[in-house]
Amino acid sequence: MLKDDPLANILYIDLSNRTFMIKKRPELFDKYIGGTGVAIQLLHEECPTGCDPIGPENPIIFAVGPLTSLFPLASKTVAMFKSPHTGNLGESHCGGRSAVAIRMAGYGAIVFKGASDIPIYLSIHGNKVYFRDASSLWGMGSSATGRIIRENETGGGLRTIMRIGKAGENLVSYASVTTETYRHFGRLGLGAVFGSKKLKAIAISGKSSVPVADTKLYRKMYEEIYQTAVESPVMKKYHDLGTAENIIALNKFGGFPTRNLKEATFEKADAISGEAFAAGYLGRRLACSHCPVGCIHIAAFREPYEDEPYYYKTSMISYDYEPIYSLGSMLGISDPEGILKLMDSVETWGMDAISTGVVLAWATEAQEQGLISEKETMGIKFSWGEPVPYTNATRLITEQSNEFYMALAKGVEYAASLYGNRDSALAFGKNEMAGYHTGPGTHVGNLIGLRHSHLDNAGYSIDQKVLAQKQISPEELADMLLGEERWRQILSSLVVCFFARGIYTPDIVSKLLPLLGFELKHEDINRIGTEIYREKYRFKTKEGFSIDELRIPKRIFEISSPVGKFDETYIRRALDRVKKILEEQGAD
Amino acid sequence: MRLAVLETERCVGCQCCMFACSRRQDEAGLTKACLAVKSVGGMRRGFTVIVCRTCDNPPCAKVCPTNAIEPGKEGGVCLDMKKCIGCGHCQDACLIGAILWDDTTNKPMICMHCGYCVKFCPHKVLGLEKKEGVGHVKR
Repeated sequence: MLKDDPLANILYIDLSNRTFMIKKRPELFDKYIGGTGVAIQLLHEECPTGCDPIGPENPIIFAVGPLTSLFPLASKTVAMFKSPHTGNLGESHCGGRSAVAIRMAGYGAIVFKGASDIPIYLSIHGNKVYFRDASSLWGMGSSATGRIIRENETGGGLRTIMRIGKAGENLVSYASVTTETYRHFGRLGLGAVFGSKKLKAIAISGKSSVPVADTKLYRKMYEEIYQTAVESPVMKKYHDLGTAENIIALNKFGGFPTRNLKEATFEKADAISGEAFAAGYLGRRLACSHCPVGCIHIAAFREPYEDEPYYYKTSMISYDYEPIYSLGSMLGISDPEGILKLMDSVETWGMDAISTGVVLAWATEAQEQGLISEKETMGIKFSWGEPVPYTNATRLITEQSNEFYMALAKGVEYAASLYGNRDSALAFGKNEMAGYHTGPGTHVGNLIGLRHSHLDNAGYSIDQKVLAQKQISPEELADMLLGEERWRQILSSLVVCFFARGIYTPDIVSKLLPLLGFELKHEDINRIGTEIYREKYRFKTKEGFSIDELRIPKRIFEISSPVGKFDETYIRRALDRVKKILEEQGAD
Repeated sequence: MRLAVLETERCVGCQCCMFACSRRQDEAGLTKACLAVKSVGGMRRGFTVIVCRTCDNPPCAKVCPTNAIEPGKEGGVCLDMKKCIGCGHCQDACLIGAILWDDTTNKPMICMHCGYCVKFCPHKVLGLEKKEGVGHVKR
């Protein structure tokens, strides 16, 4: 990296003692670039093996990369922590203003250690860190919290405000952290880690410059990338209908999980499609900082108050493919307004939308089968297509009102271990599945992905682009998934949004790196990607992860996918291949 | 020609214009951005885009104690860094907040209406337009 790049600054904040310090660690960035590469090293350093994810010793790490604030679509922050949801590696990425704010405040990474004894929020303005009493914010929803901090802090337009809702405070294991009202560190329970530290929010702002090796070349390369971003058909879908564009396509192919994946097509998909949301509700589009695409789609939803005529409220609610799947088709809901209200409630409590939907879908099936009764559900009758009971249940999960909801608040893997119906508990590595039943690729991808997220290696993409054309062996599939995931370690170390993966190709990346002071050849980049992957896998094995012990929900073998049915043998063979490769590389 | 906000409601808040302004001055980052994009009380309500609107008889020039700010020949104002003492009166005088501050030099930053940012506004929020009777015309 360049000698004077503030990226090397790591801010360490001790929440127990309310102190902070800044360390310069250029060697860490030289070796691992930034983002996920640096974050996993910091996690190895700061997270004691076997620690309680909701104990004070679990650190929270944020990292950005050398491309952040320099190039468009380098808009993501990587968060790393031990996940209270899986008890293992927690990694979650978020956009909004978070990445630019951290970089412009003068940091490459921020490490939070310890826990506060009273509710606090932090405000980090450049090199100043303030510990503020958040007692009056405790118990508040994520939006209200954001509004109050916005009014009390400086840095408008240059700041991120990360905050949790009540689900995080109450340690729901899949509680999320919201930034800028609509973006999230959604998966794997960072919100609960915030809550366990009594950390209600963090505001970060700054305005600074970043060095580049050659300003002329920088401007030239910038213009090329910018033009690709605004003109390329690769980005058009994100801009036009947003991620919700996928609903019609996936449903047509029969890969759109519906009613807890009892089906893979939803007969009413048209009603909840990207087109339907755009026609009926799209009220605004937003972008993350330094991203010209603007994929964030916001519905303007007007609803009447029932007790008085001509009296309305209008809510602005963010929608995307994944929440429409998890809180829509997965629950059989075809009424967009019902889905919007459910999404809004999940947003207010501050829970991961995917996990919440999958948990509720499992509960519906468990109630159908008589494994749970209205005694457990506290009078709620879950019913496919009926949004109100689900919306009510989000509060009961957040408040963990009885033993059943306490179980739901720990995720579907745990709930099914108590109440049964495990074969239809759709979790992979304990993380609830994303909205793709496209073939074996997506499921193997979820199982072996280091954070069990669909974005680790995009198995769904291999299903649609490769498996839809020809048969490949499970071993070939495993190799492809691992190859993609290794490359993604580089993208998430730079850090660029995965939506821009078609722009930031290996060729472009190797041209950009010298501008940032990195002299890396193609083979160096591959080597670093492999090493970061291995370092993350090393953390996982240290914390007890074993490929052999992965549970595969039988439901995925019962329902045909766009590439037909597939069986457990195929999946196990792919897993064996991954295990063998990792053993050869000495990852564990 | 002057830089103008053509349609604020089209703004998605990407701030590519701010990065462009810094880049135009051979900086990467936001230190030198002479315009600002802020949410209107949270992202749900959209954005305000703050740029110098080349006032007639500009208040920022009127309050400058060292005559460092003078109305420019083609609209807007010219800032003479040598004369500027960084008192900040200009910033206080600008009701719309279009005078930004460079913390590294402790001097104001004022848009010179070069239009470079327009190239990097993907949603037609910013544009260049003609302005009649701009500040430099003495009446």
